[in-house]
Amino acid sequence: MTANERQAKEERIERAVASDDIAISVRGLKNSFGDQTVHENLDLDVRKGEILGVVGGSGTGKSVLMRSIIGLQVPDEGEVHVFGEDMVGRLDDDEALAIRKRWGVLFQGGALFSTLTVAENVEVPIREYYPNIGPVLRDEIAAYKIRMTGLPPEAGPKYPAELSGGMKKRAGLARALALDPDLLFLDEPTAGLDPIGAAAFDDQTRKLQETLGLTVFLITHDLDTLYSICDRVAVLADKKVIAVGTIDELLALDHPWIQEYFNGPRGRAATAAVSRERGKAAAEKQADGRQ
Amino acid sequence: MNKAADLVEESRDDGGKVIRLSGTWSIACLNDMPNRLDAISGPVACIDVADIDHMDTIGAWTIHRTVKRLETEVSGGSTDCKRLIGAVGKIDEPVDIRPTYVSPFNRVLGQIGEAVINSVNTLVGLLGFFGGVLVTVWGLIRHPSRFRINAVVQRFEVVGVSALGIIGLMSFLIGIVIAQQGAVQLRQFGMEMLTINLVGRLTFRELGVLMTAIMVAGRSGSAFAAQLGTMKLTEEVDAMRTIGVSPMEALVLPRTLAVVVMMPLLGFYSSIIAIIGGGFLCAVSLDIPPITFVQRLREVVPIHDLWVGLIKAPVFGLIIGISGCFQGMQVKANAEEVGLRTTAAVVQAIFLVIVLDAFFAVFFTWVGWN
Repeated sequence: MTANERQAKEERIERAVASDDIAISVRGLKNSFGDQTVHENLDLDVRKGEILGVVGGSGTGKSVLMRSIIGLQVPDEGEVHVFGEDMVGRLDDDEALAIRKRWGVLFQGGALFSTLTVAENVEVPIREYYPNIGPVLRDEIAAYKIRMTGLPPEAGPKYPAELSGGMKKRAGLARALALDPDLLFLDEPTAGLDPIGAAAFDDQTRKLQETLGLTVFLITHDLDTLYSICDRVAVLADKKVIAVGTIDELLALDHPWIQEYFNGPRGRAATAAVSRERGKAAAEKQADGRQ
Repeated sequence: MNKAADLVEESRDDGGKVIRLSGTWSIACLNDMPNRLDAISGPVACIDVADIDHMDTIGAWTIHRTVKRLETEVSGGSTDCKRLIGAVGKIDEPVDIRPTYVSPFNRVLGQIGEAVINSVNTLVGLLGFFGGVLVTVWGLIRHPSRFRINAVVQRFEVVGVSALGIIGLMSFLIGIVIAQQGAVQLRQFGMEMLTINLVGRLTFRELGVLMTAIMVAGRSGSAFAAQLGTMKLTEEVDAMRTIGVSPMEALVLPRTLAVVVMMPLLGFYSSIIAIIGGGFLCAVSLDIPPITFVQRLREVVPIHDLWVGLIKAPVFGLIIGISGCFQGMQVKANAEEVGLRTTAAVVQAIFLVIVLDAFFAVFFTWVGWN
C-alpha cells in the first residue's frame, strides 16, 4: 500500500466514524483461513435505522463478515467501527461492553443454551448485564419478549431440544432482543422456515424495527425477505462488497452475478409477487377513493 | 449521555396523586426505578409520561405493569411512548419461565424410580444391541462382500497402534511398582527371588489385560460414544440409513471388531512391557541379572497364565466396543447428552470389565488353571 493510498483510507475511516448516522463501518477488511482469502479490502457502511440485507453466493463469507463485525473473528487486516467505537478483537474487552450491550445477535441455528428453558435463555443477557433488574420483573420481561416474537406462551418453560426449527429461531430472536438493542444481527433468519412462517418472521422483524427504531444487519438467501423488508442490499462477491443500494439501484448495475441473482427464475418470481402486492394495494386505494 | 430515569410524586389540587416520570426509560438508565414504582401505593390519578425523552420496551413494560397494578392511566407523552406502552400491554399474558415445581420429596422419589427404569432399560438395550451386532455378524458371514475391511483396518490403527505409546509407558511403570512393592514385602522372608513369580504371573493373568482394558475404555470406548453421538445429532446416522447403509455394519461392527482384535494384542504387549519393567527394577535394585530373571520366569510362569490373559482380552474388548457404540447410538436430544453418554460408556465398560474379571478368576480356578 503506498503512502497516498494509506492516507486516503484513513480519511475514509475518519469520515465514516465522524458521521453520526452510520451504525457500522467496515474499512479494508481482510479475512483469510490458511491459503484461502475470504475477504480482501472490503468496505461497508450500515446506516442507523435501516434494514441492510447482505447477500452473496455460498462461501462468499457473509457469516464471516458478521463474525468480524461482532468481534468473534479477528480479521487479518482492516478496521471495524460500531457506533464509532473500534471493535476489532475486543469481544472480551470490558471497555467495549457498552457497545456489546447495544446489539443482539441471532445465529443461524438459534444457538440457544441447551440446558436452559426458552424463557431462561431470554433472561441470560438481562441477568448478566443488568443485575439491578429484580427476578420478578426479569420474568415478566422474558414473558413479553417471548410473546413479542410471536411464540406461544407454552413455549416459555420448554427446553430448546423440544422446539421446532422455526420456534428456535423465534426464541433466538427473543434472546437477541432481550436488552432492546439498537443493532440487531440476523444470520439467515428465515432459512428452513415454511413460507408462511418466513413471511410472519419478516413481518415481525419489520414491525420490531419500526417500533424500536432498530438497525438490522440481515444475512439472507431469501429473495422474498430482501424485497419485502430490506431498505438496502449489500452484495458480497469477489471477496468484497461489490455494490450497496436499493434493489432497483442494484438492478441498474451491469454485474453478471447481480443480474443472475435478481433476474434468475426465483428473482423474477419474487419481483412479480411484489408488484402484484403493490398493484393490489393500489387497486384497493382506488376503490377506497371512489367510495 | 442520556439523563437517568426519574420519578416525582405530586399531589394535585383535587386530592389525586400524579406520578411524573422523566429522563430516559431504557434498561441502561432505569437503575432502581422498578423498585420505586413498586413502592408507590394507590390510589393514583394518572402517570404522566410527558417528560420522558426516550423509552424502550423494558421502560414501557415497567410503566405498563405499574399502570395495571394501580389501576390508573397514562397521560401526556409523545405518540411513540404511548404506542410502545400500548404495544407491550397488548401482549401482556402470563408465560411460564421454568417447568412446574415439584416438591423435593417427590422429585427424589421420581429420580430413584427413573434411575431404576433407566438401568433396566440400559441392560435390556445393551443385550438387544449385542444381539443386533451378532445378527450383523451373521449377515456378513453370509455376504462377506459387504464386509468393510478398510473401515476395520483404519480402526486398528486408531485403537491399537496409536495406543502403543501410552499403554507401554503405563505398563512399564506398573511393572516397576509391582516388583518394588513385592520386593519390599518378600525381603522380610528372604524370598526376593519370588518377586519374579509375582511380576510374571500377576501381569500375564490379571494386570496386563485389566489395565489395558481400562486404558482402551478411556481412550477408544469414549471416542466411539462421542463420535456416534455426534453423528446421531447431525443426522448422519439417519442419512446413512436412508441411503441403505446399515449403521451397524458401517459404524458399530468395524469399531467393535477393531477393539476385539486389538485387545489381546495390546494386552500381550502390555504384559511383556510390564515384565520388562519388573526385570529392570530387579536388575537395578535387587541385583538379579536379566539372564537369571528370564530363566526364572520361564520356570515359574506356566503357559496357561498366558492363555488366561488372552482368553479374557477379546471378551473385554467386546464389552468396551459394544458399550461405547451402544451409548453413542442412544444420543437423541442435544450436545450435553453426548457428554453424558460418553461418560456412561466409559463407566459402564470399566465396571462390566471388572465384574467379568471376577467371574473369570473363579472360572479359571474351577478348571484348574491356577
